[in-house]
Amino acid sequence: MDAMTRVPALEAEAAKRILILDGAMGTMIQTYSLNEEDFRGQRFADWASPLRGNNDLLNLTRPDIIAAIHAQYYEAGADFVETNTFSATTIAMADYRMEALADEIAAEGARIAREVADRLEAEDGKPRGVLGAIGPTNKTLSLSPKVSDPGYRDVTFDQVREAYAAQARAMAPFIDMFLIETVFDTLNAKAAIKALIDLREQEGIDLPIIISGTITDASGRTLSGQTAEAFWNSVRHARPWAIGLNCALGADLMRQHIAAISRVADTRVIAYPNAGLPNAFGAYDETPGQTAVHLGEWAKSGLVNVLGGCCGTTPPHIAAIAGAAKGKAPRTVPVLKPALRLSGLEPFEVAS
Amino acid sequence: MTNSSQSFINIGERTNVTGSAVFRKMITDGRYGDAVEVARQQVESGAQVIDVNMDEGMLDGVLAMTTFLNLIAAEPDIARVPVMIDSSKWEVIEAGLKCVQGKGIVNSISMKEGEAKFTEQARACLSYGAAVVVMAFDEVGQADTAARKIEICQRAYRILTQEVGFAPQDIIFDPNIFAVATGIEEHNNYALDFIEAAKVIREICPGCHISGGLSNVSFSFRGNEPVRRAMHSVFLYYAIPAGMDMGIVNAGQLDIYDDIEPELRARVEDVILNRRADATDRLLEIAERFKGQKGKTQEKDLSWREAPVAKRLEYALIHGISEFIDLDTEEARLAVERPLHVIEGPLMDGMNVVGDLFGSGKMFLPQVVKSARVMKQAVAWLEPFMEEEKKRLGTEAKSNGRVLMATVKGDVHDIGKNIVGVVLACNGYDIIDLGVMVPAEKILDIAVREKVDIIGLSGLITPSLDEMVYVASEMQRRGMTQPLLIGGATTSPAHTAVKIDPVIRCAPVIHVADASRAVGVVSTLLNEDDKPALIAQTRARYERMREARKDGPPKARLPLAVARKAAFRPDWAGYAAPKPTFTGARSFKDIDLATLARYIDWTPYFSAWDLAGHYPEILQDPVVGEAARGLWRDTEAMMQQLIGEAWFRPKAVVGFWGANAVGDDIRLETGDTFFTLRQQMKKDNERANYALSDFVAPEGEDWIGGFCVTAGPEADVIAEDFKAKGDDYSSIMCKALADRFAEAMAEYMHERVRKELWAYAPDEALTTNELIGEKYCGIRPAPGYPSQPEHTEKATLFRLLDAEKHIGVSLTSSYAMSPAASVSGLYLAHPDAIYFALGRIERDQVEDYARRKGWDIKKAERWLAPVLNYDPYVLVEA
Repeated sequence: MDAMTRVPALEAEAAKRILILDGAMGTMIQTYSLNEEDFRGQRFADWASPLRGNNDLLNLTRPDIIAAIHAQYYEAGADFVETNTFSATTIAMADYRMEALADEIAAEGARIAREVADRLEAEDGKPRGVLGAIGPTNKTLSLSPKVSDPGYRDVTFDQVREAYAAQARAMAPFIDMFLIETVFDTLNAKAAIKALIDLREQEGIDLPIIISGTITDASGRTLSGQTAEAFWNSVRHARPWAIGLNCALGADLMRQHIAAISRVADTRVIAYPNAGLPNAFGAYDETPGQTAVHLGEWAKSGLVNVLGGCCGTTPPHIAAIAGAAKGKAPRTVPVLKPALRLSGLEPFEVAS
Repeated sequence: MTNSSQSFINIGERTNVTGSAVFRKMITDGRYGDAVEVARQQVESGAQVIDVNMDEGMLDGVLAMTTFLNLIAAEPDIARVPVMIDSSKWEVIEAGLKCVQGKGIVNSISMKEGEAKFTEQARACLSYGAAVVVMAFDEVGQADTAARKIEICQRAYRILTQEVGFAPQDIIFDPNIFAVATGIEEHNNYALDFIEAAKVIREICPGCHISGGLSNVSFSFRGNEPVRRAMHSVFLYYAIPAGMDMGIVNAGQLDIYDDIEPELRARVEDVILNRRADATDRLLEIAERFKGQKGKTQEKDLSWREAPVAKRLEYALIHGISEFIDLDTEEARLAVERPLHVIEGPLMDGMNVVGDLFGSGKMFLPQVVKSARVMKQAVAWLEPFMEEEKKRLGTEAKSNGRVLMATVKGDVHDIGKNIVGVVLACNGYDIIDLGVMVPAEKILDIAVREKVDIIGLSGLITPSLDEMVYVASEMQRRGMTQPLLIGGATTSPAHTAVKIDPVIRCAPVIHVADASRAVGVVSTLLNEDDKPALIAQTRARYERMREARKDGPPKARLPLAVARKAAFRPDWAGYAAPKPTFTGARSFKDIDLATLARYIDWTPYFSAWDLAGHYPEILQDPVVGEAARGLWRDTEAMMQQLIGEAWFRPKAVVGFWGANAVGDDIRLETGDTFFTLRQQMKKDNERANYALSDFVAPEGEDWIGGFCVTAGPEADVIAEDFKAKGDDYSSIMCKALADRFAEAMAEYMHERVRKELWAYAPDEALTTNELIGEKYCGIRPAPGYPSQPEHTEKATLFRLLDAEKHIGVSLTSSYAMSPAASVSGLYLAHPDAIYFALGRIERDQVEDYARRKGWDIKKAERWLAPVLNYDPYVLVEA
């Protein structure tokens, strides 16, 4: 099976049931209690800056762990896993002075997931999707880092677009779809979309795109200030395979926002919340059973097409979510009345 | 939310340099603050989309568009509406598209330069995610008649929907509104041509929209606003039913159709609908009569201005309105005794409301940032008065206090920290912002060096929580007393109470929920009268929180006995330990600086200047390359002088002693012992749980080495000299270079040890890069670093080396080396010796270690606080 046949196979499955995405990578990596030298391996033993916490670097220094985590998620019932490439851009890697390694880290992350997927696919013939994870980077295109200089930006659209293009190009040979995720500044996501559309038009790299935003706080907005619907209007031109939300909130707080997207999006809806909110110690207390109760209700209410987990979720969570979603019909993608749907921070609709 | 099924969308055009002379003047004068206010007023008066146009000959359109759009992106009450990016220049449009996070409208593209260009630009609009206005313009020219308008729009529609892939509803045609009543007969039908074309285009291009620039139609009546308003209203009265559903028009430039004076309305209708040949003349006849009549103007809601001054300040802060802030601040100032009272009173009250609203989700971040800006402006107004007061009271040199802020190591998030920094700076505090990924050592060293009053730590990701505990424990270890403030998204009062507060007893720790609370906390802590109460209250509160939550979830570690079973065991039987060329300590002086310079690892030097990147690649870095090259030029100049004039006198002392491992310790023939610690983490692979003692033979002949090197005390003197001359730059450079020379000296001496003094690798030939990459055989671990994080071990080393006598390096009470540009450590020669990090350890090892060192457990816990896998405070309580 390759991406050409796997995507249609997954689409056929998606028509029949709710598909399952994997859970947290970082949470699982933490269980290995890796220290600075684990992250460094031999290759980066002499690296000048601290590397502990550079989870994506493990693609090079501990591929065994990353592969093992992917396998656990597939075995828990995931149809898709996300590559361990959330920060594998020149921009995000700059914190570790690893700009020059970003492409290699991205490519290896994609390759590792593909190998695991291919191995398991060969065993039972069930299609295993690999989503090339494209994170938000640590810079914002819509917000000034200098409070007294609101017009200032410490990165340009083209810099972000180029960084994403390089990441996407590196991952493309191994993955089935791109996943632009944890979008907290929609303009960053738009730079990623622009990069992917350019790759399609100029280099023939034509893979479906999934986009997942993040509602960061009680205001019900993204960090850059958009409501969920404004966010959808802003990225709809990517014609995403699925749109949705992840991270920041647990299922209980995310529900109203995913419901809003579910109402307005004429494509599949994907949701992968955290295992509740982190407790005071940064850990997530929600048990697999608790998460599954919430997500099972979403499935029953017809809100979603793909379910998974973000921070704090583990293979047992994914197994529980898969169990809760089993037998429940996927959301029917609605046909919307055509209208000019614009957005600033809020949506604005002009009927046609 | 602003959904609309209205039949007509009003697009404001006052932020259009071609449509508004006032706005054009603001932009050409660079008065962007005023320009932003124009946009705000437009949205407040109901514009549902704002049109931004910077097409002015004298302007750099790309720059003006980018600047203005970035500025309004920071204004949530403007940015809530979509933007229409309006330019006749494609590069200006594209620059605008790179600034808007929402889905906006491009105004406009056309086929005037042919189909290929049109298709290319349309594709780009689609890939940036914008709707598009298409002008009825082709290779021949701008469409004037209805037939031409229809023909061009139909052709464009086909290309857009069939070739480019545009959704019909994202296409807006502008079939050109031209001026009528110009006196030229061919122009008389222009309005009607538009209206008729609109009707047909909506039918044959299903789903599309029709827009136009309304003010064109009345162009010949410039200066006669009542007539122009009437013409606009009448035009729309007929064009909207024909299908025009969008228009660039000022709400203030429209009358209500029924309110137009009947005679005027009739004659305007004749003109718009081209109903009679003399229509223009007949309108001109009466036009003068209406000139000068005032129309209704849109007023901003200023009712909040009626409130008392404190409420007005609060309103301005909440809504981020800076327009009246100087006025109101001044009024508030006159009403109180001291200018500071305005800050501490109404302004902070207002910021507290902002904090509450933010906390409850009723405001969001960009709005809070705006509030901070208004706050800053208010404070700026008060500053001269506060300065004057200081002069009067003779307290000039005193700042309100000095606050150090840093995002802790491992974390790169700084938005929240920056906001707190600005809010505090607004309140007259000196802020020393160390940026992100700041190691504890740097935070605390600088806190001491800069004599700060308060230390603020920020972090967003969960590992930062541990790092903050470590910083606090380091403060405790160093005996620092500055209050420690904790903030950032993952931090919490509970974590602060249970994890941070217990490790630091010499200074108060306070969790600060958000930026708006920071000023209150900081000002209280810096007020000697109020400080004790706040500290006592906070301590009591944290105490209660600890009571409420005694069982934390520490990660399981291996029992010490199990970890010891997994010790690293080289094949000692097959190993003949190399014998050093001497035993005891020997000093080395007169080492040539030029020789040492070759051993310098420059990457940390740039990093000391906050320039991130590897040397030498950093010199070509697109972002910091220029700064790095500048620094490098100056550095090379100083290096030349420094080496030529021998500024530093580096010295070293090296010793070797017979030694054997005894359990986890290294016992020396001198009777001294180096105590080492063993990793207790669970490992998922076959790797050992290391202790440094694993690299020394348990029996038979073996040796251990030790060293201390220093760049010498001269650096501090020279740096002080520079500083006294006001040359801080050279002062810092001198110190940074001294650090590099100390490290280079360590590298150089280690090489001599391997090749000559211990001589176990006499034929070694490594390049500087290989040395930096630790490719050599054997290691030189230092107490206080990951392999042996316990600093008091330095005391044994210094005693054995007699470092103070030999090279003048002593230990401070907190076991830091003085002069600071010094390095010390052990030498271990075993070929399998590696650098490792101890990680966290359990209480069983701490007890064992305390017993071995002859300490009580509390002393051991204090020195090992950073690596404890348990909360000693909780255990004591339990």
